[in-house]
Amino acid sequence: MSDVALPSSGPASAPPSGQTNQRELKRDARRERFVLFSLCSPALLLVLIIMVLPVGWLFWLSFLGEDGNFTLENYQRMVESKSYARIFRNTFEVSLLTTAICILIGYPLAYFLSQLPRRTANLCMITVLLPFWTSLLVRTYAWLVLLQRRGVINEWGMDIGLWDEPIKLVHNLTGTLIGMVHIMLPFLILPVYGSMRAIDRDYLKAAANLGASPTQAFWRVFFPLSLPGLFAGSLIVFVLCLGFFVTPAVLGGGKVIMVSMRIATNIELFFNWGAASALGVVLLVLTLVILGVASRVLKFDQLLGGGHGS
Amino acid sequence: MSQDQRFRGKSRHAVTGKAAIAAAAMAFTASGLGAGAVAQEKVTIASWGGSYQNAQSEALFKPAAKATGISVTEETYGGMSDVRLKVKAGAMSWDIVASGSGSAARAGEEGLLEPLDYDVIDVSNFYPTLKMKYCVGGDVFSTVFAWNTETYGDKGPQSWADFWDVEKFPGKRAYRGKVAGALEPALMADGVPPEKVYEVLATEEGMERALNKIRELKPHIAVWWSSGAQHAQLMKDGEVDMTTGWNGRFDVAINDGAQTAYSFNQALLDYDCFAIPKGAPNKDTAMKFLAEISKAEYQANLPKYITYGPTNKMAYEIGKINKAVAEKLPSHPDNAKLQLPVDIEWYGKFEQKASALYQDLVTE
Repeated sequence: MSDVALPSSGPASAPPSGQTNQRELKRDARRERFVLFSLCSPALLLVLIIMVLPVGWLFWLSFLGEDGNFTLENYQRMVESKSYARIFRNTFEVSLLTTAICILIGYPLAYFLSQLPRRTANLCMITVLLPFWTSLLVRTYAWLVLLQRRGVINEWGMDIGLWDEPIKLVHNLTGTLIGMVHIMLPFLILPVYGSMRAIDRDYLKAAANLGASPTQAFWRVFFPLSLPGLFAGSLIVFVLCLGFFVTPAVLGGGKVIMVSMRIATNIELFFNWGAASALGVVLLVLTLVILGVASRVLKFDQLLGGGHGS
Repeated sequence: MSQDQRFRGKSRHAVTGKAAIAAAAMAFTASGLGAGAVAQEKVTIASWGGSYQNAQSEALFKPAAKATGISVTEETYGGMSDVRLKVKAGAMSWDIVASGSGSAARAGEEGLLEPLDYDVIDVSNFYPTLKMKYCVGGDVFSTVFAWNTETYGDKGPQSWADFWDVEKFPGKRAYRGKVAGALEPALMADGVPPEKVYEVLATEEGMERALNKIRELKPHIAVWWSSGAQHAQLMKDGEVDMTTGWNGRFDVAINDGAQTAYSFNQALLDYDCFAIPKGAPNKDTAMKFLAEISKAEYQANLPKYITYGPTNKMAYEIGKINKAVAEKLPSHPDNAKLQLPVDIEWYGKFEQKASALYQDLVTE
């Protein structure tokens, strides 16, 4: 792409023959690419050291048995014991539900914020960001205090007479979802808000000018333009949810068991990184498969703005 | 298996080699330089950190270091999986590790620990169940049932059968989310006498029987707890009316004003212990140090810092622990006799299998 673009803006001062010029330009481009690459290399090296190598090591470990020889027993165990399939289903279920609820709550909120004057919107944004500044553990335990049997919400509800028996709000899926949505919401709102702010208002005016009702203008112009942000946000939320540990452990009451929790249990039980890393590998592979399929279906790269030029 | 044997064989050589060097060194110093030049002996101890390690440090390590002149370095670690890594890498840096008894038994089976020398460590006053080939008991705790005194008044449950009796004792239960300490109560509730529990559990049908008993209670189990802090909090907040858990944690909650009581009746008597990992750099010093901290005078310090009991019976008789405190400790003779000592061998053999079945049950 840049090769084609460069000649037109190339140095006009030196007038060598066309061929030499082409060659020089190519060399220039190569050199530039090399410089850019070397600029990237610290980052690449870092990714290699802190991401690729450990994950590779993890992958390798998962094929080692207790005696250090090659074995599939860590994977076999997952097939034999019914609980593993349930835990994986549970993990994806919780992550999907959390993402869905975050979208339902976060999208309208981001829309509302994007319609406000910038100064007011920034003030409101603080309320969205406030949870970010509080420790995840503190927030999770705060929910426990609010939601439990003799917690604030149940006591008030019964005092006012809304319900007679304490309702089960925590130590189950409900509590886990409440806690996780609360923690994940900013991760959705921020990218959605960003992409909404970037939408040119003139498009909507043009749509109205051409006779679209506000609803039509929203669904046919605004909404599609906000999708990249929405997908980016949902993706972040979903992937982060898959690895959640503290919140489901505290608010799930041992009934919502996610893969990360089972990894911890397995390390304790088998003294064996392999038994745990096999779980990590399966989760990683499943996640990649799901993302792969989703990106095919939803054309992620276009939505995320990567493929505009091509 | 073969790996295991090779492994053990190798380290035995290593040990004899080291012993020879040590002997030579001793002969050298004895003949030439005299005792004054002997390098200071040292041990590195890894434990779990927090208030637990703090208690160990104040009650056992520091006074014993002072008395023996052995210099002690303390570290924290994450459990036997760390030991395994270090042993496999041939880079053991710890001389002593603190561990749960069950984990130590399994690690010992696997060849990660040195067998202890009970000619050096005097355990003649220990409860016989509080030591084994690879680890010596450091403190005693119980898995008990606790209940909310507001819900049940003075008439709390008195046995595991009562814990299961949701007619007589209606209310929400909490139960452990892991298998350790979970199957024994179920069998006792099902009418198996305590001394037969592990015999029954050693068969597939026995395990199923225990699991089915827990299935029976499952609709009333509101929370599967995963940590001591959690079950204490559950009682303190009145989130459940009855739970299983570790006595020390309930004591803390009760001192904090929780409406909670617990009983040692049919409780499971368990212990934490100290072990020497394979390839420990100062193995002989470590053995000596373990001998020192197993003495009654140090063991008697423990209850000052944490409500876990001493493993050495003599600790109750040297007058260091006051009577009111002593009577609350799990290893006090009056309490110990009510309880079922946890059978570490059973855990060594069956825990992984039982755990898989238990996880199936919990996720059902």
